[in-house]
Amino acid sequence: MATASAPFAALEPLLLRHHSRADALIEVLHGAQQCYGHLSDPLLRHVAERLQLPLSRVKGTASFYHLFRFQPPARHRCVVCTGTACQIQGAPALIAAMEEDLGLKLGARRGDGWVSLSEVRCLGTCSDAPLVQIDDSIGRQQTVAGLRRWLQELEP
Amino acid sequence: MSGLRYCASAGCLARGSGALMEALNTAISRGELGDQIQLRPVGCLGPCSQGPLLALDPDGDLYAGVDPQDAETLVAALARRLHQSSDQATPLEWAPARGQRLDLSEPFFQRQRRIVLEHCGLIDPTDLEQAIAVGAYGQLERVLQGWSPEQVVTELQRSGLRGRGGAGYPTGLKWATVARMPGARKVVVCNADEGDPGAFMDRAVLEGDPHRVLEGMAIAAYAVGADHGFIYIRAEYELAIERLRLAIEQAVDRGRLGAGLFGTGFGFTLELRVGAGAYVCGEETALIASIEGKRGTPRPRPPYPAERGVGGRPTLINNVETFANVAPILREGADWFAAIGSAGSSGTKVFSLTGHVRRGGLVEVPMGTSLATVVLEMGEGSPHGSAVKAVQTGGPSGGCVPADQLDTPLDYESLQALGTIMGSGGMVVLDQSTDMVALAAYFMAFCREESCGKCVPCRAGTVQLHGLLEKILAGQASHADLDQLETLGAMVMDTSLCGLGQSAPKPMLSTLRYFRGEYLARLEAP
Repeated sequence: MATASAPFAALEPLLLRHHSRADALIEVLHGAQQCYGHLSDPLLRHVAERLQLPLSRVKGTASFYHLFRFQPPARHRCVVCTGTACQIQGAPALIAAMEEDLGLKLGARRGDGWVSLSEVRCLGTCSDAPLVQIDDSIGRQQTVAGLRRWLQELEP
Repeated sequence: MSGLRYCASAGCLARGSGALMEALNTAISRGELGDQIQLRPVGCLGPCSQGPLLALDPDGDLYAGVDPQDAETLVAALARRLHQSSDQATPLEWAPARGQRLDLSEPFFQRQRRIVLEHCGLIDPTDLEQAIAVGAYGQLERVLQGWSPEQVVTELQRSGLRGRGGAGYPTGLKWATVARMPGARKVVVCNADEGDPGAFMDRAVLEGDPHRVLEGMAIAAYAVGADHGFIYIRAEYELAIERLRLAIEQAVDRGRLGAGLFGTGFGFTLELRVGAGAYVCGEETALIASIEGKRGTPRPRPPYPAERGVGGRPTLINNVETFANVAPILREGADWFAAIGSAGSSGTKVFSLTGHVRRGGLVEVPMGTSLATVVLEMGEGSPHGSAVKAVQTGGPSGGCVPADQLDTPLDYESLQALGTIMGSGGMVVLDQSTDMVALAAYFMAFCREESCGKCVPCRAGTVQLHGLLEKILAGQASHADLDQLETLGAMVMDTSLCGLGQSAPKPMLSTLRYFRGEYLARLEAP
């Protein structure tokens, strides 16, 4: 983790490996998000400085890709797979149930940071459609009833 | 010796092959003759919908849905047989309490011809020695020690191999073009940004036999005169990324990648680049921009990547499955490969069979096999007594084939004639319950979200098209709206900058072509 004396020190090994080359920007952003949970403004400034890129280029690139986050992740991340196989086998009903139970729209994060609801276009294990991922566990062949029970078990 | 191979690909892992492995390990270490039972992880074994899958050697039997609680009795039965005789050909006296032994004479297995996947499911993908034992890097060595780069290109051209990423461009021709480009510092790129929803062929290849892809890339580098390569893979494929990182490390350690390979002057280094969630990065010029650390926006071609690619250098881009075909073509010869499949589409194609189908998973069949064979015979049709309505191929860039045309052979031209494409190999079966207008709206929403925003027809057109489709779904559209949908669709196809926009209207136009009635039934009375 970062120490007070050297901000974002955990990023140094990765920067060294890529010789602080500008073309490693996306790799560095991945590493930064992994170390610090999300890409905060100071973190993006630090990356821009170390790769000698304009901040606008760093922010512009980061915001282009879906997987980069600019605020801390929720404590529980609910992700519905909306790949084609999941879509035709019930993903829309799962999304509706989750929106209702969590009081959230798809793509939103609750104000207190407890939970977020988002979609992913295909997890690539389509034989078990429809799939829902909550934090690190993947629920296979989800039903609305089963999913509702799962949501109730989430720690507050 | 007895061997147990358990599938350690993402699908079976999600179905509990990890717990099964632990239970088997415990049982083997506790029981007698444990040293004569070898347990190892392998890549995809095929029928993913029945996982976790477990294969038995030397019998070759395949068990589906085996529970960890069955581990004790299985290991005991293996030990009994090892005790009784040296002849391990006697059938094993064992049946799982849950799950079943699969009948390998069924069409799902018999109709397959595994070339790309020949070692997937046989070797431990994390063990380079096992890959080398079945021939990995053997063709690279042979080519480096006796062939000229031109000979390699000619062999690929003669084989008739076409790109497996979607468009079907002749691979040998692409290699020849890059080889002709001046400059000593060329680049080879493997497109592993398998973004079509419902497609997981490349994931399975990378998870099950990563060295096959690395060898194909190294041979390509020798043929076109490149010294550096990138594999661009989507971030969602965590396991495949992990396996690739390990494979590259191992190959470097054993002198299969790096400088001075096999005692020659040829060297090839390889870097992994992980995407960050952008479908458009599967388009080659967007992919190059992303490798360079920029926003993944496409640019007009020409210049083609063969002329100006990564860092302005001549660049060869092929997809995972294309590279995986290279070693067997060189091993068995171009004539052998050209004789497989159909005229104009040689070799095999890997498909991920999913959706409303009884038996889903990964299948590899000769080109020219009919859709009916794959969907109805191998996949055994739709479950729950429903009938197949259509089959979607090519994802958001493709279209659907209605049930009455399932005798169509799977080759590039036949699918194109039906208004769809081979695509990368996603094959989603749709049963009678599927709402085709809603499906068209789904794909349009996908393209709207994934449009990079650079060109107007795609950025604005996909929004308008999606709005019109939603209007039809809500029952508020008129015949004039339907006309506009078709006119606008044709315009977006004709005027967009890259393949994403050019093919975005395809799923919609395809459902309009075959299921127009579903649209008309929703229009307001004039």
